[in-house]
Amino acid sequence: MRTFAYARADSVERAVDAQHAQQAGAFVAGGTLLLDLVKLDVMRPQQVTDISALPMKEVAFVDDDRLRIGALVTNTDLAHHPDVRQHYPLLSQAILNGASTQIRNMASTGGNLMQRTRCPYFRDVAAACNKREPGSGCDAMQGINRMHAVLGGSEHCIAVHPSDMCVALAAIGATVTLQGPDGTRDVDFGNFHRLPGETPHQEQDITDDELIVALTLAPPLAPQGAAYVKLRDRASYEFALAAAGAMISLDGDMIGEARLALGGVATKPWRCAEAEEILRGQPAETATFERAAEAALADAQPLEHNAFKVPLARQAIVRALRDATRDAKEGHA
Amino acid sequence: MKDYSEHSPDATVPVHLTLNGEPVSVDVTPNAILLDVLREQLQLGGTKKGCDHGQCGACTVHVDGIAMNSCLRLAVMCEGQEVTTIEGLAEADGRLHPVQQAFLERDAYQCGYCTPGQIMSATAMLDDERIASDDAAVREAMSGNICRCGAYRNILAAIQDARQQMQGADPARSDLASEVRS
Ligand SMILES: Cc1cc2nc3c(=O)[nH]c(=O)nc-3n(C[C@H](O)[C@H](O)[C@H](O)COP(=O)(O)OP(=O)(O)OC[C@H]3O[C@@H](n4cnc5c(N)ncnc54)[C@H](O)[C@@H]3O)c2cc1C
Ligand code: FES
Ligand code: FES
Repeated sequence: MRTFAYARADSVERAVDAQHAQQAGAFVAGGTLLLDLVKLDVMRPQQVTDISALPMKEVAFVDDDRLRIGALVTNTDLAHHPDVRQHYPLLSQAILNGASTQIRNMASTGGNLMQRTRCPYFRDVAAACNKREPGSGCDAMQGINRMHAVLGGSEHCIAVHPSDMCVALAAIGATVTLQGPDGTRDVDFGNFHRLPGETPHQEQDITDDELIVALTLAPPLAPQGAAYVKLRDRASYEFALAAAGAMISLDGDMIGEARLALGGVATKPWRCAEAEEILRGQPAETATFERAAEAALADAQPLEHNAFKVPLARQAIVRALRDATRDAKEGHA
Repeated sequence: MKDYSEHSPDATVPVHLTLNGEPVSVDVTPNAILLDVLREQLQLGGTKKGCDHGQCGACTVHVDGIAMNSCLRLAVMCEGQEVTTIEGLAEADGRLHPVQQAFLERDAYQCGYCTPGQIMSATAMLDDERIASDDAAVREAMSGNICRCGAYRNILAAIQDARQQMQGADPARSDLASEVRS
């Protein structure tokens, strides 16, 4: 395994400074992504700055009902946090549908936001990959693309964004707070992850010397039902082929507010604004859900091996909306 | 909080751990992986390497009481932490942990390669009151441990036996468990 220098940061400022001084540095929080990719020689940091001891482990409501989550809160602690379970059940469900107990115990909120694709060509340094090696081409286009995206791809990259947590965040709405050498700035979650376009190597709106300090969720929809449906090759400990996260509030038998986001089928966490528009004010029944699913997948561009993802995602959407409606009727939250 | 420190790639860094209850100091390079340090430097071969990428759970240990994949953890990051491996579960007099005993009695393995990781996950899970106790919840919580021999049925049975055993031995724990179940 490649060697690197190591610094243990004792303050956010020092972490940012240590990183700012580096050409090729990386932060490490849980290490589950970084060390996996260093072992594969996909990531090649010359210095690793350990941020795991920094005071970014709090979960608390700030003014106006928004939940602020420190970047180092583990996926396990976040999923089981009483306020998350009660007010943001979709987030809790999505996280618990991802990875394994051990990995969730290690994985941090910030690290999950920075998660990189599981595309096998990205993970194989012998393959062409524009994300890993800009300009080298994309072996997935003509290769085995069963796992790849049907939404949000470009001719340069069709790699899927793998996170479950981020699907819930896309539906809920959130702000990412970054601290850099010149102070802090907030990025809307919907703009944090980028479409690949012509620059698939630029994955998030963050510079190398910026640290994610916190994530702040939009106020909860109330009252709401929520459901996360993840379809995959095995029942647990596997990434999504198609996943849908839905939140519904009801007005009698009609849908009041609706939120829908997809995972496993798109190049970034995929909010379905048009489908949400179709749902609002309509009867909460299967025909409505099917129309929403059609709208959400209208722009899908299947490749040689992944056309099955379109009907699979349609099912995930209809089921998530149906389950969220049932949850709302049962008077959740 | 831990103090600021910086180390060049080939420097060795002293790391102080409590390993299976004993204070230990070991010199590691910044890129040394906890799993390799346990096996190669500290001569504790009970923790296994299956995939080396977080995909199998054979390397599961407890860090400050929490189950983690030691193949995805830098040893330097464990400064000041308590690490428990399969070697540290039995009592000093050799009495096995109830989960170890139940694995024996239920024949919860074939080749045994995944077993240390299974047992480390199971012991952490049984101590975690946030995880429900029904079979489906246990299967889900244990899904990070792959068994190529397919001993899953007996692993589940062993874990549920150990749960009962541990509740019987410790009334306080049994109250907690029934609260969670209800
Ligand atoms: C076998 C396996 C299965 C998995 N299955 C799933 C799954 O089903 N669903 C799912 O959603 N995820 C899954 N994951 C991914 C897992 O959720 C991520 O690896 C994890 O969230 C990363 O968090 P971390 O703290 O370990 O990141 P690290 O490895 O510590 O860091 C990841 C990256 O983010 C950067 N970084 C970390 N923290 C910050 C910060 N605060 N500010 C700026 N940059 C930062 C690091 O420099 C690095 O580049 C799986 C992972 C593995 C190994
Ligand atoms: S060796 Fe660590 S998970 Fe397989
Ligand atoms: S007993 Fe052989 S891998 Fe589990």
